[in-house]
Amino acid sequence: MSKAMEPDLQTPLGRTSGPAAKEWSHPSNHWLRGFVLDNRASLGTLAVFIVMMAVFIIANPTVFTTWYLYSSVLTTLPVALFVVVPLVFVVTCDEIDLSFPATMGFASWVFALVVQAGYDPFLGIAAALVTGTLLGFLVGSLVVYGGLSSLIATLGMNFLLRGLIQIINEGKSTALTNLADSAAYKIFSSQIWGIPVQIFWAIAFVVFSALLYNRHRFGAQVRVVGDNPDSAKQMGIDVKLVKVKVFVFTGIGAAIAGTFSVMINFTWWPTAGDGYLLPVLASVFVGGTPTWGGIGTVVGGAIGAVTVSFIQTGVVAAGLSGFYVQFFNGLIIILSLLGHKWNQARYR
Amino acid sequence: MGERIIELRDIKKSYGQVYALGGVNLSVDRGEVVGLIGDNGAGKSTLIKILSGVVKPTSGEILVRDNPVAGWSAARSRDAGIETVFQDRALAVQQTIVRNIFMGRELTGFMGWLKVNKEIAEASRLMREIGFTSKVFTPHSIVGQLSGGERQGVAIARAIYKQAELIILDEPTTALSLTETAKVFHFVRQVRASGRSILFIGHNIHHVFDIADRFVVLDRGKVALTADRSEVKSAEDLINFMEDVAHPGGLPGLHEGAEQRA
Repeated sequence: MSKAMEPDLQTPLGRTSGPAAKEWSHPSNHWLRGFVLDNRASLGTLAVFIVMMAVFIIANPTVFTTWYLYSSVLTTLPVALFVVVPLVFVVTCDEIDLSFPATMGFASWVFALVVQAGYDPFLGIAAALVTGTLLGFLVGSLVVYGGLSSLIATLGMNFLLRGLIQIINEGKSTALTNLADSAAYKIFSSQIWGIPVQIFWAIAFVVFSALLYNRHRFGAQVRVVGDNPDSAKQMGIDVKLVKVKVFVFTGIGAAIAGTFSVMINFTWWPTAGDGYLLPVLASVFVGGTPTWGGIGTVVGGAIGAVTVSFIQTGVVAAGLSGFYVQFFNGLIIILSLLGHKWNQARYR
Repeated sequence: MGERIIELRDIKKSYGQVYALGGVNLSVDRGEVVGLIGDNGAGKSTLIKILSGVVKPTSGEILVRDNPVAGWSAARSRDAGIETVFQDRALAVQQTIVRNIFMGRELTGFMGWLKVNKEIAEASRLMREIGFTSKVFTPHSIVGQLSGGERQGVAIARAIYKQAELIILDEPTTALSLTETAKVFHFVRQVRASGRSILFIGHNIHHVFDIADRFVVLDRGKVALTADRSEVKSAEDLINFMEDVAHPGGLPGLHEGAEQRA
């Protein structure tokens, strides 16, 4: 900052004495205490996850020490992560997006069409990303400039887009047999040292998004808009544009997620993405992002997604019947919400 | 008087059939403190929102340094050097002090990434300058944890960050303690001494009378009086004038009551 920019003001009441005037002191002087306070939502989510895994491992130690279990979770988890993370932004903005399953289906359909027509899968990925961006923009504009409730409007868009897919495809799936030999498959969907490569891409996406959320103008404006849209407007922020951008981000995330899920299965189904609606939403809130907007945690949302992914696998692997899965899903959601309620204060 | 910073010419604003402002002329020159007073519903808030670009006038002209501007907006107003401390302070209470000070004006470097350390250093400096510091809060403190006066400090720190030409203070002393009010007054005098201008809106006419160089009385969407400090003998004059405007025939016993209230 140059000298000329500094207002030549004196301290009111004409003094700068006293230790308080010299520098602000941090109330939590110990770095660990500060770290825990700043990240208490995501740390709480991590605690829930660790306790849950401990219960599973004690229930059935032999199954939970085999790598296969983790490998299967690590294959499907990335698909969820690519939509959970953008949804943290949407919920922070005090909106919701229920149209991402249809966007996943639509974008991956475009990917499948391009690959089936014999083009390189990289071109298919690019086409899917463009589709996701456009659909995100469409949904966002409808909500923001149409002045509609995002809860209802995105639900409507989810049905509408899924309906379009069903009408055109008449329920038929598309097999992509030539995908396995492509370079794109090796980069995005193979294994390195037995670890599914998708998880590395997903971790990179989570880290990038966490930085975007905490250390970028976009994230800063998303939080302010969700916190107090009137103030944001008074301070010259284009509130509507920020909200549209958040929906576009979700569209892009959904396109990546849809493409990854097609690559895992070598097949595109007209229902692609449908099963993700409720687990993904649950992950965002289990992760510690509150419903009222303004604050949230990307890393917490990612840990929430890991937790939700392990419930289904874990319940079955622990020796319980599949009928217990929904019960445990509900139990984890409710316990997490109670924990976050106790953990977070809402300032007004 | 010095350079004219902003001038409003024949500004009208209607919400449907209702006129909030019916042709207001108002100007602020460099280095002067203008006190804007008026009853509830006189159109003060609408006028402030127009100056800060949040609301667009139905008709009329806005001139910045004698140049007419088109496409007036909140961002344009801030670019022109006008900063507003709103009555509700326009703070995002779940965010840190730093995020509030740099709201809509984030300090960014490469590709829009925040310069976090620079923001913290600047925020510390600003809060120190206006004397709103404490051992209990830091630039990372959540605004929702602060007291009313401290929140006002954050709002003022935000307003002075960019060498603003004109700072609009909308009811800055409402709900503040005596010491906090004294701090705000001291701040106003410092800004004037540094050659910048202030538009001070107040309910408490004694406060406005103490601080302003020029008074503008707004009544039912019109400017009822513009008077220099030298033309007004006391705050009671202003109060009497406002009541005469509001009730032209006069109401028996009203003046005495008003003086006691004020």
